[in-house]
Amino acid sequence: MMNNTFAQPMWLNGPSPGQFYNFMGGNNAPTQLPRELTTAGPYGTKHSTAAITTGSSVLGIRFDGGVLVAADTLVSYGSLARYQNINRVFQINGKILLGGGGDFADIQSIKRSIDQKMIEDQCCNDGVVMKPAELSSWLTRVLYNRRSRMNPLYIDVVVAGVDEVGKPFLGNVDLRGRAYDDFVVATGFARHLSLPLVRERKPKDREFTFEEAASLIREAMKVLYYRDTRSLPQYTVGICTANDCSIKGPFKVEENWTFAEGVTGY
Amino acid sequence: MFRGQYDNDVTVWSPQGRLFQVEYAMEAVGLGTACVGLKSQELAVVVGLYKPENQTGLSQPKIIPIDRHVGICIAGITADARVLGKYLRTECLTYRHSYNAPYPISRLVWNLGNKMQISTQRYDRRPHGVGLLLAAYDKNGSHIYQVMPSANVFNCKAMAIGNRSQGAHTYLMKHADTFPYCTNDELICHGIQAISYAASIDEPLKLSIGIVGKDQPFKILSNAESLSYQRTCKPPDDARNHDMSWYPEALKEFEFTENDDAGPSDQGNAPTSQPSHSDVTPVTSGNQINDNKSS
Repeated sequence: MMNNTFAQPMWLNGPSPGQFYNFMGGNNAPTQLPRELTTAGPYGTKHSTAAITTGSSVLGIRFDGGVLVAADTLVSYGSLARYQNINRVFQINGKILLGGGGDFADIQSIKRSIDQKMIEDQCCNDGVVMKPAELSSWLTRVLYNRRSRMNPLYIDVVVAGVDEVGKPFLGNVDLRGRAYDDFVVATGFARHLSLPLVRERKPKDREFTFEEAASLIREAMKVLYYRDTRSLPQYTVGICTANDCSIKGPFKVEENWTFAEGVTGY
Repeated sequence: MFRGQYDNDVTVWSPQGRLFQVEYAMEAVGLGTACVGLKSQELAVVVGLYKPENQTGLSQPKIIPIDRHVGICIAGITADARVLGKYLRTECLTYRHSYNAPYPISRLVWNLGNKMQISTQRYDRRPHGVGLLLAAYDKNGSHIYQVMPSANVFNCKAMAIGNRSQGAHTYLMKHADTFPYCTNDELICHGIQAISYAASIDEPLKLSIGIVGKDQPFKILSNAESLSYQRTCKPPDDARNHDMSWYPEALKEFEFTENDDAGPSDQGNAPTSQPSHSDVTPVTSGNQINDNKSS
C-alpha cells in the first residue's frame, strides 16, 4: 500500500528555491522580526498595556548584612482578591531574590527566563554564579527593549541579594526599563506609603541593622494593609545574606480594628 | 603513509583515526614567531617576539587587547587571529552591555572553543590557523589559556607556542613553581628570559609585552617600558647563547625616542600572510592602550 501519511522529508534545513541560503551554519542566523510582528491572527497581534492579574506592593530594605524583601500574598483580578496565597518573592539562586509586582503573568514569564539562565549557570558548573547587580542590568536591557517595541512586560520588580563578597545589593527595575538601586526600594502602593516611612528612619551615617530593618518591614506591611485596598494581612519575606538566601513566612499583620467602634457618621 | 589519500578534506578520517587537516593547521602555529604566557597570583603576562627582518613596513601585532580584563597573544595566520579577536571583543562587549560585568574567562574560552570546533567538522570550512595565548584576570584570579586550531582550549600555568618555542617551554617548566609567588617585575622578567630562547643570537630582542592583573587593566607595555625591563632583567642562568653584554649592545639601535615610528615587519607569521599596508604608521608598535581607556 502506498500509504505516505507519515513520510519523512528527504532532508531538512536545505536551501529553499528563491530564498537566501545561510551557508555559515548556526552561528549567523538571519535576524528575525520580533514575534509580535510576525504572529498571525484574525485581527493581527494587539499590543496591550493593560495588566490583568496584578500583584500590588513589594518592599525591599537593605541592612548591613544583607537584604530583606517583603510582599503580601495576594494576586488581584481587578478589584477581586482572587488568588490569596501566592508567594510573590522568589529565590533565584543562592545570592539573588526577586520580588514581583505588576502583571503576574508577566512576572511568571520573566521568572521562567531567569530560571533558565540559572540552569545554564548550573550546567556550566564552573563556580560562576550570577550576581544581583548583573541580573538587574540584564532585566533592564530586556524591559527597555520590550518597551521600545511598544510591547512592554507590565512589571515592577525588586532585585535584591548579595555579591560574592557579601556586599548587599537592592535595586528596582520597572516596565519601562528604568533601574536604580538604594537602601530602600518599593513598588506599587509601597512606593507612596513605605518609602517615606523608611527613609525617615534611616540613620545618617550607617546602614540599618537587621532588627531595625525587620521591624520596619513589619510596620510598613501593617500600614500597607490598612491603606492599600488591594492587599491582604498575610505576607512573605525573603532574606538574603552571605550565609542564607530563603523565603520566610507567611507572616500575619498585627491588625487592630478596635478603633472602628469609634468611627461614626460616614 | 596513507597521508595523501586522507588529507584533502577536514571531514575525512585517516585509518589511524587522525584528522590530517587539523594537524596541518596546528603546523601553521609553528610558523609564527614565539609567544610566551605565564601568570602569578595577581598578574598574567604574555610576551610576543617580533622578527626584525627588515626595517620597512609595519609590524603586524602580536598582542591584541580584547577587553579591560583580557588580551591575547597570537602565533600563526594573523588574519585568522584578527577574526577570532573580533569575535572575542564582540562577546566581551555584549556581555558588558547586558550584565555590566566582565565576561567570566572560563565561559569565554569555552564558547571560543565551541566556535572553532565547528570549522573542524564542516566540509566547507577550514580550521583557524592560529594559536592564541589568552591572558586574563577575573574574580577567580589570573588565567593563561592556550587555544589551538584543533579547538582545544587548555588552562595553563605557563605556556610557549610558535617557532622555536621548545627552549622557552623548557625554561618555563623549570621555573613554573616559583611563578605564583613572583612579584610583577619578576614575572615579566621571567617572560622575557623565556622568550629569549626563541630568538636568534644575532638579532636584537624586539618584544611586545602585555600584562593584566588585579587593579591592572590589560595593557601593552610601551617600547620604553619593554626596553627598560629587558635591560634590567638578568639573562637566563645557562647563558648558552646570550652573554651579559649582548643585551645593551644589540639594543642600542632600538633606543627609541617618542618620535620613532618605524617598526619591524613580522613576515615570519605564515607564508600566506602579508604585512598589512595602511596609510597610518603607528608611533610605537601600534598596540598602545592607555590605562584610562578601555579597549
